[in-house]
Parts: sequence; structure tokens; C-alpha cells
Amino acid sequence: MLEAPVLIAASLFYLGLLFAVAWWGDKRADQGRSLIASPTIYALSMAVYCTTWTFYGSVGRAAVSGIGFLPVYLGPTLVMALGWIVLLKMIRIVKANRITSIADFISSRYGKSHGLGGLVTIIAVVGIIPYISLQLKAVSNTVSLLLSYPEIVMPHRSATMSVGADISFYIALILAAFTIVFGTRHLDATERHEGMVAAIALESVVKLVAFLAVGVFVTWGVFDGFADIFDRVAAHPELHTLMTAIPSGQGYTGWFSLVLLSGLAILFLPRQFQVAVVENVNEAHLKRAAWLFPLYLLLINIFVLPIALGGLLHFSGQGVDADTFVLTFPMSQRQEGLTLLVFIGGLSAATGMVIVETIALSTMVCNDLVMPMLLRHNRAALAESKDLSGLLLGIRRGAIVVILLLGYLYFRLAGEAYALVAIGLISFSAVAQFAPALIGGMYWRGGTRGGALAGLSAGFVVWGYTLLLPSFAKSGWLPGDFLAQGFFGVELLRPQQLFGLTGIDEISHCLFWSFFANIGAYVGVSLLRPPMVAEATQATLFVDALSETGQGGAVLWRGRAQVSDLQELVGRFLGPNRAQTAFAAFARRHGRDGDSTPEADAKLVQFAESLLAGAIGSASARVMVASVAKEEPLSIEEVMHILDEASQLRTYSRELERKSRELTAATLELRAANERLQELDRVKDDIMSSVTHELRTPLTSIRAFSELLRDDPKMHLPDRERFLGLIVSEAERLSRLINQTLDLAKIESGRADWNGCELDLKEVIEQSIAATSQLVREKEAHIEVDLPDNLPLILADRDRLIQVMLNLLSNAVKFLTPGSGRIRVSLSHREDGLEVSVADNGPGIRLQDQELVFEKFRQVGDTMTAKPSGTGLGLPISRRIVEHFGGQLWVESVPGEGATFRFFLPFAPEQSPGGAPQVA
Amino acid sequence: MHRRILAGDRLIAAFLTGCALFNYPLLSLFDRPSEIFGIPLIYAYIFAAWALVIALMAWAVERHFK
Repeated sequence: MLEAPVLIAASLFYLGLLFAVAWWGDKRADQGRSLIASPTIYALSMAVYCTTWTFYGSVGRAAVSGIGFLPVYLGPTLVMALGWIVLLKMIRIVKANRITSIADFISSRYGKSHGLGGLVTIIAVVGIIPYISLQLKAVSNTVSLLLSYPEIVMPHRSATMSVGADISFYIALILAAFTIVFGTRHLDATERHEGMVAAIALESVVKLVAFLAVGVFVTWGVFDGFADIFDRVAAHPELHTLMTAIPSGQGYTGWFSLVLLSGLAILFLPRQFQVAVVENVNEAHLKRAAWLFPLYLLLINIFVLPIALGGLLHFSGQGVDADTFVLTFPMSQRQEGLTLLVFIGGLSAATGMVIVETIALSTMVCNDLVMPMLLRHNRAALAESKDLSGLLLGIRRGAIVVILLLGYLYFRLAGEAYALVAIGLISFSAVAQFAPALIGGMYWRGGTRGGALAGLSAGFVVWGYTLLLPSFAKSGWLPGDFLAQGFFGVELLRPQQLFGLTGIDEISHCLFWSFFANIGAYVGVSLLRPPMVAEATQATLFVDALSETGQGGAVLWRGRAQVSDLQELVGRFLGPNRAQTAFAAFARRHGRDGDSTPEADAKLVQFAESLLAGAIGSASARVMVASVAKEEPLSIEEVMHILDEASQLRTYSRELERKSRELTAATLELRAANERLQELDRVKDDIMSSVTHELRTPLTSIRAFSELLRDDPKMHLPDRERFLGLIVSEAERLSRLINQTLDLAKIESGRADWNGCELDLKEVIEQSIAATSQLVREKEAHIEVDLPDNLPLILADRDRLIQVMLNLLSNAVKFLTPGSGRIRVSLSHREDGLEVSVADNGPGIRLQDQELVFEKFRQVGDTMTAKPSGTGLGLPISRRIVEHFGGQLWVESVPGEGATFRFFLPFAPEQSPGGAPQVA
Repeated sequence: MHRRILAGDRLIAAFLTGCALFNYPLLSLFDRPSEIFGIPLIYAYIFAAWALVIALMAWAVERHFK
């Protein structure tokens, strides 16, 4: 089932699926419902780092150097831990300056320099070409292998093979066409590529699943688990070095170099910069990606060594290239489905890399290489054209084709001499050259354009001499004695033992010399002269990108320009309609709708420049804007002054915001406190008026009886005693009334003292009944109790509960008919608390009065005839006490049959309206 | 604000831990011909250290940036 038509159909179907996902992603982006607004998708898109190098090459590397395949994944893991610091800063800078590529980034940092952008582009293109050829090699190898299925025949290439007969040439063309359709379909030169990111994320899932599937198949399908593989290897002494040692050819220096190199690559490879920085939707996604992406790397590497060792055992002596084990293993087992899955997985790894890398590179070539040249030599021709957006896309498409053909060329020239991983490392070393200028530029204000140019050039030349040229020499395209005897036969200049440095591997050798030259030249030349205005301005914007008082909003332009000129200029590159929309939106945002001043202010000029920068790069945008405006240069003091002012303004406004927030909070608090006070005041007034009224009654009686006694000295002794008794009892009532009023006021204002402790409710009730026994006896009533033993303890205030019980009991007694009264007190266990009920057989309470009894100074019953005998405060106080402990107090009654007062106390008191229960 | 600073510091600590664990000389301590659970020591060590660093990062990020 693995004939050519099936392979082609499967590949086309898969590429079509990717295309559909990309189309969907773009559509959702247009609707404003981003498909990729998730940290997981962001992390998966970063996994474009794993190319066929990982998918096929890691196993090949492991078959030669054991765990030597791992350091290139440890480096990125470490850098992701710093992602929140370094990547975040890069993202902020890129968003603030509308930067589209790494060349743009460096050029923008050093004063929007054309020369620097061009140099970075050249280094990136030359450096990445071996990497692209690696993908071509891997895909064409797998296709050749599959075409000879079920035989396993290693693809053999001869240097004389014609291009027309070479399958990898067609693969390069197909990839170019696919990338063009994918990345430069329509005119969104300024936008990010959301659809592409969605497709890349899907590819990352596919390649991981495919690789894990082979790993599981080899480890448990062919062998019997990890331990089994390692056991069998033990019988082959020649394989022992793979499992025990850091490979001797590499050593710890080589190991460290790879960790460092890959850590830099994760930041500076054009495709990583594209997905991690340019395509970042939300900087918060960095957080989860910081560990999710390393986790992806770990997962895709778990089965590398088992497959490599298994392959070495399985294909021992058959001449199968270890770089193909991932595919040849399922082939040799006749697992056609798995083989196809692996092929698609490898295709995912290759297409993902090629698409993002060439799109990133083509943007750089267009913005930082071709546009500046056109601007320099063909300014007149550019000025005539009304709409240049087509030209921009054309340049990018051309660049994609050229880059892939260069990749093919390198593959023809040098690809055979190296394993996949060795080719990739050449590219890693090239992009590492960006590190000094870029990292230095983000953290050091002193770096200058001259320094960056010198450093990059020096590093690039050393890289070419120590790593790229030897790769040509090893494949026979340069004379081999160049390696052995050095340039012009000068032994000190032997490219891989430069100045006699030996004892380290070629990557460490290149890394050391190139960084030595690069950093030395960058720092040395930068220190020769102070930064110029443009450099110092950009340095401040870049270095302070993360500071709290960032410079956003500073207007660093002075001069005269016409709005119409600017709009026409932007329209030429973005299309007139989009320029119109953008300018109108800007006017709306700044409240200048309908303002038809022909003169553009500095803000609008900067806005136009940033729009252009997105399309043609910051350096070209600067030149184009300068061409339609009369500019007055700012001095360095002025620039610094403006930046300082902007940053101070920011500090002030932040301070102001904070103050006003605090003020609002304080006002709210004040208002709440005031309301509380007023409420308390109202309660106090209520009580005062009721109290004065209630106090008058006993006072009047006392006064009346006292006057009687005073006025009638001849009063009989029994009458005198009766009156005196009344006076005493009224006085008692008066003091009780005053005490209870004070008590209630205390409870209501939250100032009452509560002494919470765990207590046995049964004991409280018994004590209360004992205290009221005299009253009960006087009424000749009968009291029944039903108090079960061993009930749980409850958290409450003993004295207060006794107060409640006394109240309820004396209340019940008060209304009993003398002689036939009965009171029943019972205690029962509820799910979450205890319930107490006090029932009497008195007259009962009418339904409409049942809530009134809990109001202050309200004594139900016929107040006209019956003399009030209580204070009218007992029940309200009792209810508040019960509520304080999270419970409820209520009454149930049928008039004529008596009344039952019940209260419930929970085991775990919750916050009650009167404040939290205080447990002293 | 303080939590963010703490999380940032923890990530830097994870970075430094990883730098130490993944390189000479700690690495060389495990470069011996022995096995743990049937798996070569160096292989087991690197994957364990790697997983540890990832776990540290996840802990720092997920707990403290919320």
C-alpha cells in the first residue's frame, strides 16, 4: 500500500489539511476570534524548533554519540526559564516598534540602519541555508526509501545526477510553492500570520504523536521494554560507550557549547523569533509556554535512545543509515500504517520548519535587503507607482523560491558529507552571531551601529572560515588540503585548528573564535565613540522597554509634513484603502474627526512611520517618511529631554491614578461609616422615645402612691403596706427596664461582652428551671421536662443563654391560668444543632401578633385593661442573643391552646448580623 | 507585585539549577557504567534532572502568577 500514488495522495491530503487549518485560522483572526489565543497553541507553535533534525536526526546522532543528542534540547529548556525576562522584553520592544523580523530588530536598535539590517539578513540567509538543505535531505531520503518498499535500500546519490532526475529538486519546488501559498497569499504584509501559527501548532502535535508511536512500537512491540533493550546492548561491547559516557569526541566542552548554542538558537533562529516574538498574541502566554514547551521537548526525546540502540541491534551489519531508523524500523516490520504515519510526521517536521523559516527570511530579504536597494537606486521609479503592495509580495515570493533553491544547491554541494545534526549545527552557530549585538542592544546603552556592524561581520567571517568552508572542503568542492594545511599553506590558519587551537570539537572551536571576534569587535568599536542621536534614542527605547516608566508615547520628531502626502505614501505600500481606514481610525482615536488641517503633527508622522515599518522595515520606513517631510534634526540633549519628560509624565500620571484610586476607596469607607452612625443614631432615638414613654408609667404610679401616702397621714396600716409594696415593685420594674434598655443598646451597637464557651445546654435549662421554680409554684402550675442525655456541647455564652431561658419561662408562667397551668420544656437534637422549646397552655398569641411580640416595648394582649407586667424588652433581647450565636428564635401558637417558643442553636455558628461570635 | 517578583526569582533559580545540573562537573558524577532500574545511569539522571527543572518552572509560574 506504500506505492508512489498513495504517498503522493497522503502528502497532498495532509498539506491540504494544513492549508484548511491556516485558512480557518486567518478567517477567525479577521472576525476577531483568534484561534491561537491560547498558551498551549503558543507553546506548540514554538515546537517548530523540532524539525527533521529532531525527528530523524536525533536517532542518528544517538547511534553515534549516545546521549550527545540531548544538549540541544537542554539549552532551550534553560532559556525558557529566563523567557519571562528576555523574551518578554523582546516582545514588548517588537510590539512597541512594529518590528517584523530579527534583522529589523537589530537595525532598529542601532538607529534604523540600512547597512546593519542588510548584514543581518545576509548572515541569516547564508546561515540558515544548510538548515533548509537538511530538511530537503531528510524528506528526499524518506521518499526514496519508501519508493523501494518493502526492500530497504539506502538512497544513493551521485554528484553527476542531473537536476531534472533529482527528486529533492522537485521537493524543494513543491515546498516553495506551498510556502508561497501559505505565507504570502494575500496582501497582509503588515499583519501577523495567525493561520500559519495554527497550522504549525497542528504539525507539532502530528510529529509528536508519530514519533511517540514509533517509540512505543519499538520499545514494547519489537523489544520488551526499556530494560530489555539495554540488557541486549550489554552483550555488544562496541555499543557500551553509547550508554555510559559523554562521547569522547565531544567532551564536556562540546556538551557545554551545544547547550549554549541551542539556548541562543531558540531566541535568534529567524523562525523562533517569528513564532515566539512576532506572532505572540498575548505576553501572558509566555508563562505557561515556559514549561509546556520544554515538556514537549522532553516527550519527543524519551524514545530516541531506545530507537537508536534498537536500530543498531536490529540492523547490525546491514548498512542502514541511523538517520533513517525512525522510518526503516516500521518498514522492516511491515507496519505499513505506522510507516505512513512516520512519513507524515517527518513531513510535518520539515514543512513546519521550511514554511516559518522561509517566510521569516523572505520578510527580511524584502524589508532589509531589496527595499533599501530599490530606495537607493530606483527612488524615482518607486515614486511613480501608486500601489507598491504587489511589488512587496512579489519580492517576498521571489525570495522564498531563491532561498529554497539555495538550500537545494547546498544539499547538492555539501549535504552528503554530513549527518543531519551536523548540518543543523552549522546553522545554529551562524545565528548565534546575533547574540552580542541583540542582547547587548537590549541591556547596554553604549552599543553603537559601528560596533554592531564590526561585531557581526567579524563573527560571520570567522564562522564562514571555521565551519562553512570546511563543510565544502569535506564534500570535495574545495581542495581538501585547505583543511590540512590551512589557507595558502599557512599552518596557523588551518580552519579547524585556528592559530593552533586543538583539543576541542569543531563546534566549540568555531563558537569560541567567532564569539571572541564578534564580542571583541562589538564592544571595542562601540567604545571608540559616543552613540549618535538616533542610536542613543533607540538605545533608550530598547533598554527601558520593561521599566515601569517606559517611554511609550514620547514624540521624537520635529518638522513639517502634509497629511495627504503621508497618507499617499502609506497607501503606496499598504494599498490606498487600508491607508484610508488606518488614518481615519487614528483621527477618531485622537478626537480629530472632521479636522481637516493639512499639516500633520508629530504624532501622526510617527503613526505613519510605524505603519510603514510593519510593511517595509523600520529603516526603509524612516527613509520614506523623511522623503515627504521637511525634518529638523533633534539634538541628543533634546531627545533625552523629551524622553525624560515622557517618563516623568508617566510617573506622575501613574501616581495620580494611584492617589485617585485610594481617594475613591477612602470616600466609600467614609460613606459606609457615616451610614452606620446614622443608623445607630436612629436606633438610639427610637429607644429614647420608647424608653421615656415606658419609664413614665412606673414613675407615674410611684409618684401617685407616694403622694397618697404623704397626703393621708391617717391611712390604715394595711393600705399603707399595700401602697408601699406597689411602690417597691414599680421601682423594681423601673430599674429592670433601665437595665434591659442598656443591655439591648449594648447588643445592638455591637459593644456587648460575650463569653463563649462550650456548654451543655441541658444543664443550662435545668438551672433556669430551678431559678423560676418559685414563680411556677406561686401560679400552682405544673412543669414537665424532656431533656435527653449525652447531647453534643454547644458554643455559646452561659449567662446569656440562662437569660433567654429565664425570659421564656417567666413569659410562659405570666400568662398561665392559676391552678391549671402546664409548661413543657424539651430539648432535641437536629442535624446541625440543638432545638429548645418552651410550650404553655395559656391563651396563645394571635397569628397577626406572632411577630410583634419580638418588637421592642410591644406587649400584646389587651393593654387597655391588663396592667403591663413586663418590660417589653425580654423577647427582643432573647432573639438578638440567639441570633448572635447563629440561631433563630420564633413562636408557634394556636389561640386558645397555648403558645410554644422555640429556639435553635447551630453547632458551628456562622457570621450573624450582630457580628461574629466572640470566643473569649 | 511581590508575588510576581517572587515568581521571577524562582524562575531564575530554576535556570541556575538547570545550568548546574546539566553541565560539568555534576554531570560527570553520573558518567559511570552502572544502571538504575535497568536504565543506564547517565540517561536516567539527565531525564530526571530535566523533569525536575520543568516541574520547578511549572510550579513557579502556575502558582504565583495567578
